[in-house]
Amino acid sequence: MPYVTHSEAERSEMLDTVGVSDPDALFDIPDSVRFDGDYGIEAHSERETRAAVEGMLDESPDLTEFLGGGHYDHYVPSVVDHLSLRGEFLTSYTQYQPEITQGFLQALFEFQSLVVELTGLGVANCSVYDRATALGEAVLLADRVRATDGDTVLVPADLPDRVRSVLDNYTDGPEITVETYPTSGGTVDVDGLADQIGADTSLVYAATPNARGVLEPDLAAVGDLADDNDALFCVGSDAVALALLEPPAAYGADVVVGDAGVLGLPTTYGMGLGLFACREEFLRQVPGRLVGAGEDDAGNRAYTLTLQTREQHIRRERATSNICTNQAWLALRAAIHAAWLGPDGLVDLAEECVTGVAAACERIDALDGFTAPVYDGHHFREALIDTAVPAADVADHCRHAGLAVRTVEDAGEERLAVCVTDTNLEDVDALVDALAGYGGGA
Amino acid sequence: MSQKRHERRTEEAADGDEEGDAPHQQARWYDGDRYEPLLNEKSTDTVAVESSLPDDLTREELTLPDPSEPEVTRHYTRLSQMNYGIDSGPIPLGSCTMKYNPAFTEDVAAHPGNRVHPLRTDDDKQGILGLLYELQETLATVGGMDAVTLQPPAGAAGEFTGIQVAKAYHEANGEGERNEVIVPESAHGTNFASAAMAGYDVVELPSNEDGRVAVDALEAAAGEDTALLMLTNPNTLGLFERDITEIADIVHEAGGLLYYDGANLNSLLGKARPGDMGFDIMHFNLHKTFATPHGGGGPGQGPIGVSADLAPFLPTPQVREVDGDYETYDPDHSIGRVHEFMGNWLVLVKAYAYILRHGDVGLERISETAVLNANYLAERIEYEVPYGPFHHEFVASADEDAADVAKAMLDHGVHPPTTKWPEIVDEALMTEPTETESKARLDDLAAAFNAVAATDPEDLAAAPNETTARRIDQADAARNPRLSWHALDDT
Repeated sequence: MPYVTHSEAERSEMLDTVGVSDPDALFDIPDSVRFDGDYGIEAHSERETRAAVEGMLDESPDLTEFLGGGHYDHYVPSVVDHLSLRGEFLTSYTQYQPEITQGFLQALFEFQSLVVELTGLGVANCSVYDRATALGEAVLLADRVRATDGDTVLVPADLPDRVRSVLDNYTDGPEITVETYPTSGGTVDVDGLADQIGADTSLVYAATPNARGVLEPDLAAVGDLADDNDALFCVGSDAVALALLEPPAAYGADVVVGDAGVLGLPTTYGMGLGLFACREEFLRQVPGRLVGAGEDDAGNRAYTLTLQTREQHIRRERATSNICTNQAWLALRAAIHAAWLGPDGLVDLAEECVTGVAAACERIDALDGFTAPVYDGHHFREALIDTAVPAADVADHCRHAGLAVRTVEDAGEERLAVCVTDTNLEDVDALVDALAGYGGGA
Repeated sequence: MSQKRHERRTEEAADGDEEGDAPHQQARWYDGDRYEPLLNEKSTDTVAVESSLPDDLTREELTLPDPSEPEVTRHYTRLSQMNYGIDSGPIPLGSCTMKYNPAFTEDVAAHPGNRVHPLRTDDDKQGILGLLYELQETLATVGGMDAVTLQPPAGAAGEFTGIQVAKAYHEANGEGERNEVIVPESAHGTNFASAAMAGYDVVELPSNEDGRVAVDALEAAAGEDTALLMLTNPNTLGLFERDITEIADIVHEAGGLLYYDGANLNSLLGKARPGDMGFDIMHFNLHKTFATPHGGGGPGQGPIGVSADLAPFLPTPQVREVDGDYETYDPDHSIGRVHEFMGNWLVLVKAYAYILRHGDVGLERISETAVLNANYLAERIEYEVPYGPFHHEFVASADEDAADVAKAMLDHGVHPPTTKWPEIVDEALMTEPTETESKARLDDLAAAFNAVAATDPEDLAAAPNETTARRIDQADAARNPRLSWHALDDT
């Protein structure tokens, strides 16, 4: 037994102490529900286990990915692994005993500070699961703080189906209605939103970059509409984009949600780090854990989980959320990554997300049979591309060249979606080569 | 593209600090190992943002710490030294199952085959889908369930998912008017909160005098409004609910479903399965039973298992095997998604590796040893343990304030148990040593308990004295919330 360390002598001494000859006698389980069968799982040595699992994982081909769509890859410096994998961090528990977990608490306090700086909002928590559940929590917060006539939440027409599906589960219990407002030209249709917003609106959501990769040009107008109607304004973004973009608080955001896993977390089959920040007036309605600074008996600054009366382990069915375990270790990793980059490195990385996709689009647009990007406006990481031959055929063709590109349904068309970051920037040549001559027509 | 505009704040501080302290004077911060400056106190930079984007889209400047890589390494190394994990010593927190996390699973998680984007086609992610499928099947076997979704990103998310599945099932059967979830008073706080989030009224169920579900009270509570009973077994006192079959019958006869909270599954491997007890839905806490690192508060993962009748309502996508290949599919009446993708993939990989490493015999030995260790430790400590026979955890009753006892235990170099919960025990010390503590470490733990039991109450209240921080004024921290370094600047 690999991690059970009792010798036979110790084991029998312990059995003697508790007064049984076999540990099985300690199980107070009625015979009628005892399990007599086998799971049918063979034990393996460590080497065998690694070989077996790694062999399974090797069944996926090695591809150059231009995917995106909510899960983004950036280069993660080696220090992030080496520091975050220190056992004192990795194997620690939630900081219910702050006197011996000051290190992690301080790192989370620093993470919260990073998010406050990026969003311009007064309060950030130490994470929720991902950007979709963060939006769900924002909507529930709005439901608690806005006593509007109805409970309608407005989301843009390009909200990804996967995010919408999560939101639908979060809004099901409190019977909140989710409605879609239109976009035009690839961005929020402010007039269309104005027609739809009303006294029953509790929250308006908009994302920048949006699902088409376009940076929304006039979120201040959306914020004004929300404000005029006494609805909360929730902005979706991510921790890299926010390093470059105007802080959402400056144009009226009440809540910012999104993904902070763009820092510290490479491609990992969709793991996320949900970012959640809001204005200070909603402090006592914030979901999840908060780290605060205080003082210890020696008069030194010390950190502690605080305002826990909002949380499930104290407030139970009246808690602000059911969340307990969050993504703390990923928050640590994001904080380390941000510290390593520094503000100029972070801004440079974000700028690369602007210039990389723009340059790729320019080259693809010059090819016969492609229009890139489909929408005007400034893009961040991603863009949609119109293709003369069916987009699915183009994606297949790229796949034969070892490139993974996805297609999306957008405005009734099937389109190619391309994501360019620092980690595949040099592979854009291969993408352009693959597309050249596959435009159809001439 | 960005440009440094201001001098480093540390240099300004060197000139202008009222107290005359120069930067880099460790003594200013180095108060008996008790304090490390915040990153922004070490070095802060404000950069003017220059971008190819128009000015109205961008911020003017960004102010953040700007340490060099050696400074980053020393900062976080220092912070790690101010932190206690299972690699440092035992963490006998009841209901938390903090067991040793095998190192090799981190190497499995670092394998390049994990670097796969979720929006690849099924053909291009066969390695991922194969592991998802095998883990679905394995967990179904361990739980005695017919189908498993791996998607929920934590135990509480698993509860919420399970309740949503139950709701969809009732609605499909024309019984959507069922509006109550019954929860024992000693249940985990997440049970109440998850039920409320799903829109249910919570009905609290009292315990009987032996610490188990009061069956007569359940009979009175269960009826046409009952959607679900949520139960953990063994319960939070470590006691097996012996009447589980009768409990299941009562709930099922009322038309309700039975939900198993998997927080205490570490006591049942190879011994009993929730599905065999009559549970219709369960969640697994992978970081508990299957030893994935807790990471100071996450990521976890909370897969749920269900009986065949409920399988069509599981989240999308599910994975199945077809002629040796794996494919994703949407269950017929799926509730949709509870996470944008598949939750915390790396946690799934580590849990699968852990299960494969142990096999049947190893898994059963885990539970046997967890239960033996808890019983051994309870024998060794002087505090009274009012309820039994318990399994992987026990709840002792402190003579003094349990929170004080916990703080005093810190001075003995060990992490204390969960305190003041469940409330059915006065000044509760809820203790779960897990199977990976050796006899010597259990003896150390017992010695710590007993030394504290023999300590003068006044000294307890002054503890801890040997820790990074002394006792922290929680009430003041909550009254004057300072939640970022920006808030510190204001004071």
